[in-house]
Amino acid sequence: MIKINNKKLAKFFGYKAIRLLILLIVIAAISFIMIQMSPIDPVRAYLGQRIVSQEQMAIMGDYWGTNLSLGERVLGWLQTLATGSMGFSLIYRVPVTEVIIQKFTASFTLMAVSWVISAFVGFGLGVLAGAKEGTWIDKAIKTYCYILQSTPTFWIGLVLLMVFSVYLGWFPIGLSVPIGQLSDTVTFWQWLYRLILPAVTLSIVGIASLTMFTRDKLISVKKSDYFLFAQARGESFWGIIKNHGIRNILIPAITIQFMSFNELFGGTILVEQVFAYPGIGQATVAAGLRSDVPLLLGIVLISATFVFVGNLIADIIYEYVDPRIRGEEDE
Amino acid sequence: MGELLEVNNLSISFTQYVQGLNRHDLKVISDLTIDVGESEIVAILGSSGSGKSLLAHSILGILPYNSHVTGDIKYKGQILDQELKEKLRGKEICLIPQSVNFLDPLMKVSEQAIGECKDEKEHAEKKIRQREIFAKYGLDESVDDLYPFELSGGMARKVLLSTALVGDPTLLIADEPTPGLDAKSVEETITDIRNLKEQGKGVLLITHEIDVALKTADRIAIFYSGYVIEINKVENFKNADNVLHPYTKALINSLPKNGFNLTEGVQPLDEVPGCPYYENCPIRIDKCANTKPQLEEHDGVMIRCFNFKEANDGT
Repeated sequence: MIKINNKKLAKFFGYKAIRLLILLIVIAAISFIMIQMSPIDPVRAYLGQRIVSQEQMAIMGDYWGTNLSLGERVLGWLQTLATGSMGFSLIYRVPVTEVIIQKFTASFTLMAVSWVISAFVGFGLGVLAGAKEGTWIDKAIKTYCYILQSTPTFWIGLVLLMVFSVYLGWFPIGLSVPIGQLSDTVTFWQWLYRLILPAVTLSIVGIASLTMFTRDKLISVKKSDYFLFAQARGESFWGIIKNHGIRNILIPAITIQFMSFNELFGGTILVEQVFAYPGIGQATVAAGLRSDVPLLLGIVLISATFVFVGNLIADIIYEYVDPRIRGEEDE
Repeated sequence: MGELLEVNNLSISFTQYVQGLNRHDLKVISDLTIDVGESEIVAILGSSGSGKSLLAHSILGILPYNSHVTGDIKYKGQILDQELKEKLRGKEICLIPQSVNFLDPLMKVSEQAIGECKDEKEHAEKKIRQREIFAKYGLDESVDDLYPFELSGGMARKVLLSTALVGDPTLLIADEPTPGLDAKSVEETITDIRNLKEQGKGVLLITHEIDVALKTADRIAIFYSGYVIEINKVENFKNADNVLHPYTKALINSLPKNGFNLTEGVQPLDEVPGCPYYENCPIRIDKCANTKPQLEEHDGVMIRCFNFKEANDGT
């Protein structure tokens, strides 16, 4: 039923692609400059604890171009980046691209699972609280959200670990594979079992904001004239919530959920750290702590793209699903 | 001609909290009495924002929680309590809403006219009925799939009317059916409402447009400061001499065709001890300042004024 104007769609994506390109160039340049200005010395970081003479250091510097001007170095970095190479990770000793693909895949599952959980639970609680506005259910859900909203993710992670892994012993304390087992021999269930606690922790962050948003939207729908009219027409309360309430809040709620990719990424860094889950979050922390400049810059670019994609999907939904905005293509 | 709707001494007030915990009761409708029969159009004419719509909301049982209602409403002689209201609304008693804002912006208009259905069978039956009614008002099949924002003003009005008719109601409540419409659409609306009367339906027309009330209704109730001050037949409104209440006379004299005579004064916002029209009344008597006149019959006209009560008692 959705009529899509191809010309408009091409224009939309062309415009978005240009935006992404500009965004990535700017982010790449700025983060590179910031790292160059930080106390991290790439030559020192590369050599680690090895003791070398001043001459050898100078030769290394020459080879890597650390003695060039900042402008030249930025241009050099962007040129190499344009060829698709993000350099060589100092910690993992493999190309950055490979590290990112491997780590991101692991994190992606974690993020996707918790994103879906938070979408369903958050929306459901929001609808319930909004529909029952002012009752004890609403108050309980609201209090729950305020508590979640004001609690740091890593702390929730620690509490869950203490309760479910240490005291109750239901879940493993960490890692995505059992200790002493190779990652290729892990069964699906083993893997899923170890995913539960980190995914739940990560989803909790998203639930609170989505619930409050949904609740607020539903309350404004309840105050609308069409809600009143539906009541005047003898429709049942939950029928109206279902037919008119959810219909009108679903698009904004999905949009918000896609726009929360940045929180998801930020959250995964903390959650992976707490649960020792080997994903992009752990790689980020490792890269930062051990001055792995190429990897850190690579992760910055990937996370920017990830958040951009979330916003892009939100934009697409907004532009093409809502009939009121879709209708504008007629002109 | 049987009575469909009887409203007796209906008062609606709202509890408000002003400055902390000070409660304040805001009275919006006071002691309203009106009735609508089969094949009859009764208009409630009052200024904008005077709370007329609350009468409609009260009949349909959709007043907000902080409202307080006294008096009673009867439908076909039966007391209309909340349970009965919920049973009848959308079926026997239907609302014709003011504007397209009363339609869900994200639902196709045909689905809205059909409304909530228990199952596919009911939906299919109502779909046929909806198509018939849309066709009757000149809305072709392409309109079925439109969203409210895609409707033109005239189409929107017909859709709103159709939504009320799908359930085949006996009593219709038209709440400001002509807000900001052009002259032609107003004429069409009037014709459409008159046609409902021909089909034997009762219509309660709530409006602030005196012209619409005069052209549509059989009887007109004048709503002033929360009170109904006069209910008179529409014929009597042609001339200021045939209406009784001084406010009604002033209202008729203020019409362009009757010389545009404007009267000074405003409606009181707060509850007054005596007659609400006391401040501005040319024929007031001492008693009016502190005693409230009741709505009483005088020569077939319902009137809230001591001057006529005296006359009644005298004869």
